[in-house]
Amino acid sequence: MALETTLLLIPLLPLAAAVIAGLMRKQVGRAGAHWVTILGVAVSFCLSAWVLYQQVFEGLGTQNISVYTWMVSGGIRFEVGFLIDHLTTLIMCVVTFVSLMVHVYTIGYMAHDPGYQRFFSYIALFTFSMLMLVMSNNFMQLFFGWEAVGLVSYLLIGFWFQRESAVFAGLKAFLVNRVGDFGFLLGIAGVLFATGSLDYSEVFSQAPEIATRTISIIPGMEWKLITLICVCLFIGAMGKSAQAPLHVWLPDSMEGPTPISALIHAATMVTAGIFMVARMSPLFEFSDAALSFVLLVGAFTALAMGLIGIVQNDIKRVIAYSTLSQLGYMTVALGVSAYSAAIFHLMTHAFFKALLFLGAGSVIIALHHQQDMRFMGGLRRKMPITWATAWIGALALVGFPFLSGFYSKDAVIEAVAESQRYGSDLAYWAVLLGVLVTSFYSFRLLYLTFHGEPRYRVDHSAGEHPPDGVLHQEAHESPWVVTVPLILLAIPSVIIGYLTIQPILFGGWLNDSISVQAQNDVIADLAHNFHGASAMAIHALGTEPFWLMMTGFALATFIYLFRPSVAETLERGMPGLYRFVLNKYYIDELYQAVFVRRAVQIGKVLWEKADAGLIDGVLVNGSARLVGAVAGRIRLWQTGYLFQYAFAMIIGLIGILAIWVVY
Amino acid sequence: MQSTWPTLSLLIWIPIAGGLLAAALGERKASHARLLALAVSLLTFVLSISLLTGFDRSTANMQFLENKAWIEYFRINYFLGVDGFSVPLIFLTTFFGVLVVIAGWEVIRTRVHQYMASFLVMEGLMVGVFSALDGFLFYVFFEAMLIPMFLVIGMWGGPRRVYATVKFFLYTFLGSVFMLVGLIYLYTQSGTWSIPEWQGLPLGITAQTWLFLGFLAAFSVKVPMWPVHTWLPDAHVEAPTGGSVILAAIMLKIGGYGFIRFSLPITPDASNSLDWLIIMLSLIAVVYIGFVALVQQDMKKLIAYSSISHMGFVTLGLFIAFAIFRHGVGSNAAALGVEGAMVQMISHGFVSGALFLCVGVLYDRLHSRMILDYGGVADSMPWFATFAVLFFMANAGLPGTSGFVGEFMVILAAFNANFWYAFLAGLTLILGAAYSLWLVKRVIFGAVKSREVAALKDINRREALILGSVAVAVIMVGLWPQPLVDLMHASVNNLLAHIQQSKIPAATIATAGM
Repeated sequence: MALETTLLLIPLLPLAAAVIAGLMRKQVGRAGAHWVTILGVAVSFCLSAWVLYQQVFEGLGTQNISVYTWMVSGGIRFEVGFLIDHLTTLIMCVVTFVSLMVHVYTIGYMAHDPGYQRFFSYIALFTFSMLMLVMSNNFMQLFFGWEAVGLVSYLLIGFWFQRESAVFAGLKAFLVNRVGDFGFLLGIAGVLFATGSLDYSEVFSQAPEIATRTISIIPGMEWKLITLICVCLFIGAMGKSAQAPLHVWLPDSMEGPTPISALIHAATMVTAGIFMVARMSPLFEFSDAALSFVLLVGAFTALAMGLIGIVQNDIKRVIAYSTLSQLGYMTVALGVSAYSAAIFHLMTHAFFKALLFLGAGSVIIALHHQQDMRFMGGLRRKMPITWATAWIGALALVGFPFLSGFYSKDAVIEAVAESQRYGSDLAYWAVLLGVLVTSFYSFRLLYLTFHGEPRYRVDHSAGEHPPDGVLHQEAHESPWVVTVPLILLAIPSVIIGYLTIQPILFGGWLNDSISVQAQNDVIADLAHNFHGASAMAIHALGTEPFWLMMTGFALATFIYLFRPSVAETLERGMPGLYRFVLNKYYIDELYQAVFVRRAVQIGKVLWEKADAGLIDGVLVNGSARLVGAVAGRIRLWQTGYLFQYAFAMIIGLIGILAIWVVY
Repeated sequence: MQSTWPTLSLLIWIPIAGGLLAAALGERKASHARLLALAVSLLTFVLSISLLTGFDRSTANMQFLENKAWIEYFRINYFLGVDGFSVPLIFLTTFFGVLVVIAGWEVIRTRVHQYMASFLVMEGLMVGVFSALDGFLFYVFFEAMLIPMFLVIGMWGGPRRVYATVKFFLYTFLGSVFMLVGLIYLYTQSGTWSIPEWQGLPLGITAQTWLFLGFLAAFSVKVPMWPVHTWLPDAHVEAPTGGSVILAAIMLKIGGYGFIRFSLPITPDASNSLDWLIIMLSLIAVVYIGFVALVQQDMKKLIAYSSISHMGFVTLGLFIAFAIFRHGVGSNAAALGVEGAMVQMISHGFVSGALFLCVGVLYDRLHSRMILDYGGVADSMPWFATFAVLFFMANAGLPGTSGFVGEFMVILAAFNANFWYAFLAGLTLILGAAYSLWLVKRVIFGAVKSREVAALKDINRREALILGSVAVAVIMVGLWPQPLVDLMHASVNNLLAHIQQSKIPAATIATAGM
């Protein structure tokens, strides 16, 4: 099979599957819907893996392929095409693999849902959109994929569309993303302005030239054009990858079914911003100011969002805040020019975070849609596979040596330590403290869910009620369609870091895709101290991150396993601080007051005062009174013989014109 | 090139003759009138395809020419022809010509023959507007086309139809009177009514400015541009579904077309010096009207305001060209802007037409246009919900739909003129999504609002056919706009070459220089 056909099939198979499952519901039936989408995504994964194999073992070089010309306007070619290099293939494999796992898992999770086929159609459509995004060789198609994943995310968050909160969360996600996309589109417009092209290779080749140009958007202030472009592009990444202050949509997106929380809102879509900045590294490298901005945004997100995770009680929300925090780590890595470390963390995170979400989903179905960890506990013996895989996921997340998350997170922290960029000192402390925070909330989650006394069967009739009712029978381990994906995700969560850190970070695997200027190359500095994956893990035992992680473990173990009262004492001891963090720093309330209500107010004023009051009230109706006589005549027509009169008007008009012209 | 087969005349007169015939059928033969209208509109549509296939894309020259003396004393000619600007618009007209006939099939029960007649006559007259190359002929079509629309609103409209019709009439009539004065002035200066000849006519800056303002008065009402837009929401609210569809999909485009055919080529120097005015009004339309759309309670009003906001991109795309030329960054971005404006017109035709059809589907069932009366429609009407979400997403400019293409092109081009133009225009990404999807949230999704909503029947085959065919168009243009923009390259380049040449006579420049 020709390479081009293969590459085309990779995104088109999931698309075809989505169309079949979505539009031919009657013909294919429920089982048909899951078979066709699973088959589509599975083949897509195999083909992606085949391309990766070709690159690794057969030396397949970078492929830049045009599929068709979308449009030529003003001499500018807008193409749809693929840029297949090592970066693309890596992400393609991650996306299709996680997607495949989620597809299988969904059979169990959504088994009794009336929207079963619609769900499979959406997630297959998502896979197509995400692949179009990462495989693109130009900004236009990137934006297409970017918005298409946003669309599917919107549809899936609001999947249970009778639920008001779900529909609201979907709308919120789309609108907050649109704020980011607004910046992103301006960035793309800036790229076209600067280079006259939207093709990656053309734009990147002109990067040094753009770096010399300035633009004055506020009279009297000259800005570097490339800084403006990069900041605008990054605003897009802030929306999609949920960086503060555009993070508010991600926790609410947990309203969607858990499989998509794993696929879209943890493993793949939210990392699109990270991928995009890495892809644009040839541009970002020319703007220290933009990279410092990236760095500070990431550092703030990494620490501040992790802190919120500590106090949440909804199991999915804890993982969601953890995702925000981890995305912050990736962003920090981008900010210090350690793009490959960001991609590396993106990959390991995709596995262990999807694992954690799917594990949480397994618990949620076992407890009949109970998501509040205060009503869980003691599930270890009831759900051994879920329990074991959740521990693996959590250990990977906290960065336990030898596990995948350890390698990627340690690389990020070390890279920040090496960096000289403005803001890197601050960022270093943020990511370091973040390790403690991550560790604490992760073990808290494990203890509250799987250990201690079971709280899900307790009769709360006397006091507080669990939000979604109490379970009347014992919890059971989930069916194999759920547990097998957990196991298959647990394997890479353990080993992928150990196996791939050498090639991805230090072996130059991403050199063709990512461009780093010599003076910024912190990864090269790390390479001097790298003596193999095992040595790195052993060496880490004596470093701050390891001990901070252990401190978090010890604190969480003490509080949640042995002295649950401590947590309550702390909550009561610092009520102001507790509420401040519990309410997510009141950012949602602030936005609601400042943007949402204000927008509606502005609309009302413009409509009622300006449109209806001034224009219609004074100008139009005023004029109407002036020509009242004319209007009176016109009103007469409305009484009956309108039709005949009207056609007479055409003739009359020509008559009047004739007279007019004579004089 | 004199056409042997008078395609354009046929496109104009077949629907008009068909309309008159339908009117003559009388009240009792309603089913005959329907079938006749369908046959005539289908025939016209098929004929317009021959216009597309026979059109030579490589030249900016007028094609399918027909030129005969009409009123010789005033040198008024029956002069028809099309270029890359008019062909897509004519195709849009005949496309919706078929759809409105089908849309009114079972819904219109009173005076069916007159209803069908009005739409057929209107179709012919609108094709006339897009193909007239004689200024007088253009004006006749331009005014005459309104009459069937008044009838449609006045006879099949809602309770406040009289107010809406009078407002519509006053606005458009006042505007076009100024244009008429301008046209007569051009005739006295040139001794001809030929629009192509006017485009070569040397004119001083004062004359150009007055002409420009005269054209602006007529076309800004049609687009409509802020602040002469307030007739549109009222007209839409009172109009029956078919009337709204034609109004939004075709009639608004005549404003944009007028700028392309008259203002830009005939008064390029005035356009150059007053471009800031149009750009300002366009950006106000995009942002201000975006906010106004947000707070609408009536679905039709919301779509009407959204139309005004989207049409802001058309005028913006047309007039940023001058600023781009002044910056000396080449004509690429200017062409992108003008083609973006054209694509936006076509796309807005499809999308707004489809949205009004969607509201019509709901209105036919519940007899309410109020957002508050709905909620959870997706539950009882899943197929309708699928189409509605698609069209509202297109309205919000989602890539992969036609709604994205024009806005994308104009925003990209606007950055070349001024960062802030792109910035303000780009706000539509947020505002457009906000008002479109907020409506979707309240109408389509959510808990089922009432027993009436729960009992709603999903779209039937006739409705599925209409919405489906627009959906295909919306997605086709979104995924592959090349065939559409390819139609207009030559004409756009010709227009841009034209507007860069000053029309001010050499002597006047010398005087001005002193």
